[in-house]
Amino acid sequence: MTAALSLRDITCTFVGRDDRSQRYTAVREVTLDVAPGEFVSVVGPTGCGKSTLLNVAAGLLEPSVGSVRVFGEPLVGINRRAGYMFQTEALMPWRTARDNVLAGLQFRGLSETDAGAVVDDWLTRVGLTGFGDRYPHQLSGGMRKRTSLAQTLVLDPDIILMDEPFSALDIQTRQLMENEVLDLWAAKRKAVLFITHDLDEAIAMSDRVVVLSAGPASHPIGEFVIDLTRPRDVAEVRVTGRFIELHKAIWGVLREEVLKGYAQQKKAA
Amino acid sequence: MWQTLRPNVKNLRFWQIGVLIGLFGLWYVLTEPGLIPPLFFSSENDAKFFFGEPVRILARIWTWFVVDRDIYQHLWVTLLETVLAFLIGTLSGLVMGMWLALSPLAAAIFDPYIKALNSMPRVILAPIFAVWFGLGIASKVALGFTLVFFIVFFNVYQGVKEVSPTVLANARMLGATRQQLLRHVYLPSATSWVFSSLHTSVGLAFVGAVVGEYLGSSRGVGYLILQAEGTFDINTVMAGILVLTAFALVLDSIVGRVERHLMKWQPRAGETEKL
Repeated sequence: MTAALSLRDITCTFVGRDDRSQRYTAVREVTLDVAPGEFVSVVGPTGCGKSTLLNVAAGLLEPSVGSVRVFGEPLVGINRRAGYMFQTEALMPWRTARDNVLAGLQFRGLSETDAGAVVDDWLTRVGLTGFGDRYPHQLSGGMRKRTSLAQTLVLDPDIILMDEPFSALDIQTRQLMENEVLDLWAAKRKAVLFITHDLDEAIAMSDRVVVLSAGPASHPIGEFVIDLTRPRDVAEVRVTGRFIELHKAIWGVLREEVLKGYAQQKKAA
Repeated sequence: MWQTLRPNVKNLRFWQIGVLIGLFGLWYVLTEPGLIPPLFFSSENDAKFFFGEPVRILARIWTWFVVDRDIYQHLWVTLLETVLAFLIGTLSGLVMGMWLALSPLAAAIFDPYIKALNSMPRVILAPIFAVWFGLGIASKVALGFTLVFFIVFFNVYQGVKEVSPTVLANARMLGATRQQLLRHVYLPSATSWVFSSLHTSVGLAFVGAVVGEYLGSSRGVGYLILQAEGTFDINTVMAGILVLTAFALVLDSIVGRVERHLMKWQPRAGETEKL
């Protein structure tokens, strides 16, 4: 079966804008496949180039070396089959929640009358009924994230890319959102590439967890299949024996990298 | 008694008008001959010669607007010049700002020229415009345009440069084409910057129109002021200034109203209500 998303030997080297000799290799020789319907998480210490990898998969960033294939086709330009949920605020502040969800359909040439029903359906699904006419600054952080989620999923992408989407939320809202995402994913079974620095979140949600080494030039150093049964509740699954076993095993690999990353950051500062 | 009179949000208008009346009262007391002994001038008639008499000034305005009704043609010309300069300047500033912000190479080529044109004292162009476009409306519009254009241009340029990269990347991931990015991301993002400049530029459009008229014209409020100055008629000069100020305020409040309508997505402080 062809992978939904296939990264082959991806290396990304950034060159200083003013000084061409200033180089920084964020990721080196990363190979990663995501099968259709598979939920893959990438964990790693801060600054290890997780977001770089996601931007490459989205087509927003061209790798220095390596190739990206989407359902077997080489990726050129923006990845049209992928939806991207960003870490920071990505909603258009001049559009209401409803108009933000509508945006993608509008860009595809649908009129508001045609798209209206789908948009309202998604607002209901993410629990924003009655908030459609609010502007982003009038919504809470959690509501903005849910708007982002609806904005991405309304286009029904085959691949969903998520960059620490819930890192800015408090723990309660976060678990609610994680469960919502799992429910939505279970219904549609899309390929998901999920970036996080939170190991608990990664294990609770994924089919597979990939551990990246500390930067610079980070690369995968471990891969773990998460065989917890679905459907899962992210809060409940955390106390099962198997979860703790997996957590111990992955943390054993991750721990050293986190310390290495921390030491490097301290040296740089 | 003081409780109701004390300045608060509700009687704000009342106090604003109070300040205006107070200023006119002070003006009257200081200039009216014989009311108080001359403090600064040698003769008691000098103050009114230099600063005008508020009562006569208001009477002059009354005559213009109600009795003779001869100011409307002048006012119409000045307002037309202002509005034209404002609209043409704003639109071309918007288009040029967007274009240069989105094509860095063109921006790099034109950069020194734009800086040079901006730092040039543009009022000096007024006589040249009078030669090129004659003494009619066109030369005043041209002067106002040069003043308005650069303000809007620089603000749009900045606004487009400061579009949030995440919002931009998000719109691209949602499938926006280049035109759609322009229409749905760059333009709305630049508008907030444009509006902050429009209050300044509506005032400058007025400056362009009046200075242009002042330097050579046969109609307009600037022309009326120039005529009155020729005969040392300080009251008419002051009346002209007051009328111009009032209309500048009206134009500014129109801009403010449009701004509030278009910018309602922007967060404002204090949205809660005490019950």
